[in-house]
Amino acid sequence: MENTSPASASSSRPLATPPRVARQDDTAALPTLIDVKGLDFYYGAKQALFDINIAIPDRRVTAFIGPSGCGKSTLLRCLNRMNDLIDGTAVKRGEIKIRDIDIYGPSVDPIELRKRVGMVFQKSNPFPKSIYENIIYGLRIQGVKSKTKLDEVVEKSLRGAALWDEVKDRLHESGLSLSGGQQQRLCIARTIAVAPEVILMDEPCSALDPIATAKVEELIHELKKQFTIIIVTHSMQQAARCSDRTAFFYMGKLIEFDETHNIFMNPKNPQTEAYVSGRFG
Amino acid sequence: MTAPFHRYTSRRGFQRRTESTIVWFFRFATYVILLCGVFIIGNICLKGLPAVTGAFRSLEQFPYVTNTFIFEAPESLYVFKHEGVKREMGDAEYRAFRETETARATAEGRPVPEFKASSYVYAAGGIWPCIVGTLLLVVGAMTIALLLGVASAIFLSEYARDGAFVRFIRLAILNLAGVPSIVFGLFGFAMFVLYFNWNVSLMAGWFTLAFMVLPVVITASEEALKAVPKGFREGSLALGATKWQTIRKNVLPYALPGILTSSILGIARVAGETAPIMFTAAYVVRDKLPWEVAKFSDFFFQGVMALPYHIYVVSSKIPQNAYTQRVQYGTAFVFLGLVALIAGSSILLRNKLRGRYQW
Repeated sequence: MENTSPASASSSRPLATPPRVARQDDTAALPTLIDVKGLDFYYGAKQALFDINIAIPDRRVTAFIGPSGCGKSTLLRCLNRMNDLIDGTAVKRGEIKIRDIDIYGPSVDPIELRKRVGMVFQKSNPFPKSIYENIIYGLRIQGVKSKTKLDEVVEKSLRGAALWDEVKDRLHESGLSLSGGQQQRLCIARTIAVAPEVILMDEPCSALDPIATAKVEELIHELKKQFTIIIVTHSMQQAARCSDRTAFFYMGKLIEFDETHNIFMNPKNPQTEAYVSGRFG
Repeated sequence: MTAPFHRYTSRRGFQRRTESTIVWFFRFATYVILLCGVFIIGNICLKGLPAVTGAFRSLEQFPYVTNTFIFEAPESLYVFKHEGVKREMGDAEYRAFRETETARATAEGRPVPEFKASSYVYAAGGIWPCIVGTLLLVVGAMTIALLLGVASAIFLSEYARDGAFVRFIRLAILNLAGVPSIVFGLFGFAMFVLYFNWNVSLMAGWFTLAFMVLPVVITASEEALKAVPKGFREGSLALGATKWQTIRKNVLPYALPGILTSSILGIARVAGETAPIMFTAAYVVRDKLPWEVAKFSDFFFQGVMALPYHIYVVSSKIPQNAYTQRVQYGTAFVFLGLVALIAGSSILLRNKLRGRYQW
């Protein structure tokens, strides 16, 4: 494609809008939590991911960026096997290991996997139940009955999602009575209530206004102390603001994966540079 | 004086006339339907109401008042002249009257009076066994239809992968919806009454009626399930719920109002159809009430009287006379009221559920 084979001239051009990037010094040698090796993924006959190799570090924020249809959401949904729900999808080659366990192995129950690898969706989807019931949904499913335990988890999760002060007086009102940003944080609280290791976020802020977005990003900063976060985003600024590492995908291939600072300030691949400088995508 | 003519006036009067004629035709068509409805219901109420209101009787003990038309079984009516007075009595009352009069005459030394009564079948008493029978048929058939229908709707919309086989099943369901009810009646007769040897019984009627409304229930339940946003399912699965947990806790409760809406239509059909039950479950007359059975299992294998079949019997299977109209219209009136009552309560239930879950 024309615009993806960047001319050599582009490297000498300064970035159109240099994003603010906080320099991270501690990302050098991080323990790997999720290790993807040689992954080929298909939707029916159509190949969506080509030979993906990526090692995602523990307790850091990893951002997946790239234009629409580049496979970033597909890879995200591979990590908790949400793609299993779509007919005709298959991992044809390669493996995904989380703590050295191949999650597509025959002994892995996707239900158990999803308890460990939670997910927050693009469109906030609180259930039409009370805020309280939303939070404890995952525990109810697991059969937790103790009221004290449930109350405790509700408070802890809502505090964890920076929502407690806003909703503590109306825990029994419908989750849908909250504003868009609050709803998304409710979904995050619901996810952390089941105490996962990894939280996958699929464009969590794409439907939110800037103020709500800022709150969610602040929250991501807090959450990475406890959780490994992978965030798919269309907003390069967002990736730059809140991630430690960034992976750039294009046409189903992983083009570049590096520290966020390097991806935005000093990309090695010309395609990455073309994308982050806003010349396509 | 004519209106000034300019570029925005209508040059062709016929266009305007066509427009208003068409609107009037639409309006007329709507009013015709309204008129039909008002006429049918009004007619039944007007002629049927006296049968009910004229049948209130006071009682010695609790509940002190009863309605012979609603709470008694059908009887023959005896019309006779006694001591110059024309009397109309039901079967039991007539026999008692004859006995006491005979006894009184013998005691007083008079000759025993002659009773020359003309009898009219079904013209006295009430329709209690038919009401009970119809209620039993509705409850049983709807239970079976909802269990089977919702289960298969869940399978089709949540589990089954779209393919030739599922398309074939959907086509079969659609075709089933177009089968005339008399064909269901014959099928039920051949299958349940003869082949399964259930005889003319509640069971045979339940299954026949259930199969008749299954297509409606399945199609509407599937629609209701599809109307639940995909995000609820994904959100639940992402929290580590199994598919069935997701459906039970986070899909089915929200689809329930829609499923109930479909079952309301089903109830009206189950209660109203005569053809499917005339070979499978309905008796012309039965003097025992359904719960008067020797053992529990007999309950399921007994025939019952039913309102639509009773209307059919009293309007076409017995000699028509001055006394039959009361029963015909009275039954139709009670029948309408009963269906309205069942449908009304399901609507209330649905609205209550609807209020609980909204998104």
